[in-house]
Amino acid sequence: MTATHQNPRYAFRRPAALGSAMPEHARVVIAGAGVVGLTMALDLARRGVASVVVDEDDTVSFGSRAICWAKRTLEIYGRLGLGKRFLEKGVTWSRGRVFFQDQEAYGFDLLPEQGHEYPAFVNLQQYYAEEWLVQACEATGLVDLRWKTRLAGVQHNAHGALLHLTTPEGDYTLNADWLLACDGARSTVREALALPFLGQVFRDRFLIADVVMHADFPSERWFWFDPPFHPGQSVLLHKQPDDVWRIDFQLGWDADPAVEKQPERVVARVRAMLEGASGLAAPPFELEWVSVYTFRCRRLERFRHGRVIFAGDSAHQVSPFGARGGNGGVQDVDNLGWKLAAVLAGEAAESLLDSYDAERILAADENILNSTRSTDFITPKNGAAHAYRDAVLQLARGHGFARQMVNSGRLSRPATLHGSPLATPGGEGLPLGAPAPDAPVLVAGRADWLLRHIGADGRFTLLCFGAVPAEVPGGITSVLVTDDDRPGALWDHAGLVARRWQARPGDALLLRPDQHLAARLHAPEAAEIAAAHRRALGLI
Amino acid sequence: MPLQTEPRLADPDALYEALMQAHRELDEARSRRLDARLVLLLANHIGDMDILREALALATQGDKP
Repeated sequence: MTATHQNPRYAFRRPAALGSAMPEHARVVIAGAGVVGLTMALDLARRGVASVVVDEDDTVSFGSRAICWAKRTLEIYGRLGLGKRFLEKGVTWSRGRVFFQDQEAYGFDLLPEQGHEYPAFVNLQQYYAEEWLVQACEATGLVDLRWKTRLAGVQHNAHGALLHLTTPEGDYTLNADWLLACDGARSTVREALALPFLGQVFRDRFLIADVVMHADFPSERWFWFDPPFHPGQSVLLHKQPDDVWRIDFQLGWDADPAVEKQPERVVARVRAMLEGASGLAAPPFELEWVSVYTFRCRRLERFRHGRVIFAGDSAHQVSPFGARGGNGGVQDVDNLGWKLAAVLAGEAAESLLDSYDAERILAADENILNSTRSTDFITPKNGAAHAYRDAVLQLARGHGFARQMVNSGRLSRPATLHGSPLATPGGEGLPLGAPAPDAPVLVAGRADWLLRHIGADGRFTLLCFGAVPAEVPGGITSVLVTDDDRPGALWDHAGLVARRWQARPGDALLLRPDQHLAARLHAPEAAEIAAAHRRALGLI
Repeated sequence: MPLQTEPRLADPDALYEALMQAHRELDEARSRRLDARLVLLLANHIGDMDILREALALATQGDKP
């Protein structure tokens, strides 16, 4: 238990299969009830797909862990009905400051423009997100959450996987048609399938200290390189709800984790940081959670192995700078959910899931590239790297070009799925595979947001500018965007939809259920729309 | 336009002298930072990644035995 949060304990429910000689059967089993596993279950449930979720523990994450929820993730949680809770409880921020030694090098704004439902980032402890996800999953009636259920063995076969499960009341087996491995960086499923998980280890250690205090630092991300209060290393400060502040101290490779976790040592570091950052005496504070970590960047060669599919940290791991771990995992789910639902409904072939591999490996590589570059900047590997890093920081104070090179984390942005096999080539405007940009609209005189009208019904959307084509094939919801007030239309009163989508009158843009752009058509015939739809379902 | 390696400076000795002058009082670490700032400023001024890569390749070759 921490000072501001008490973990709930979820009850173990005795499954009917316990004690039975016959294996139980489930269409979809999700390994891991963390952020990614729970989001997966909720996404599938909202598409009418039931799942069994197994997790060894009986509670949510201990400690704040992932705290920075990016705009795209918030939009996904908006679609899943949790967006408002994130906004209400979380700390909204879009600005950051970078300090070098005893001076500010520069400040930045990740979302300088208005007209988006969600901000660049919301900070929120991971345990809150998981608690809400558990509640939302339970409310669907389609998610069978099995706590205290350890995955002891996985036998992968052509029809799915046979799972050996261990519980406090005995063991049983479960035949899964589909196994979604959302079981984290130390994935049991990945080990059971003996899949290599290769990449780069970084020779550095970091200390996370969550402290509870009343402090009046603004809701901004503050990053120090080589500050007087922690010479030669970096420090990162983030605000969380409940007066909890996250402070990351770079320690260097030679630091002893056991020693660094000693409370008196952490308290001394935090006090020095607070006094150094404010120039005032440190306010009273309490340690809430302390952890020492190292990190690595690596991924599986493929995320889909027949009917076993990996998502989140089980598939790919990145350094924490840039908040690309959890946010990347939620986007995996966003990509996988509608595809698996379409396969299970018989609307698409199993091969549609190969596009999950193609698209999310591209995204994972982008995340790994960005977080590796950040890490190389934060932890210079030799004298030359150190000299360049410091030179950039020195120049950043006075010169815009150098600010762009300062890399304290390239913060998570949604992947544009370039080269997606599901996209129909042609047209112009927003790049194919791009995530849908949000914009304000008016619906029957009421203020609303564009993204709420794309994919909320689980279907494909044809976003039509000015006019809806005479015939729109089944399975596609058409949404009309107009530059005047018309019944049944989204009124682009500020002109921001047309601008952000680079759309002209007559454009009809096909969006997948995950709000990524699949085709850019103009005044299309029904056959054209149908062909783009079939391609986006992997049928062509 | 490819990387120019033909003589372009009116007074090359003056440039050389200015570089030596800038480094004269510096220890190893400060010297390195000075060179790094100079490279970064000039790279941004050139503003063409192809030329910069070409220069980097030439410079890398220059230290081969």
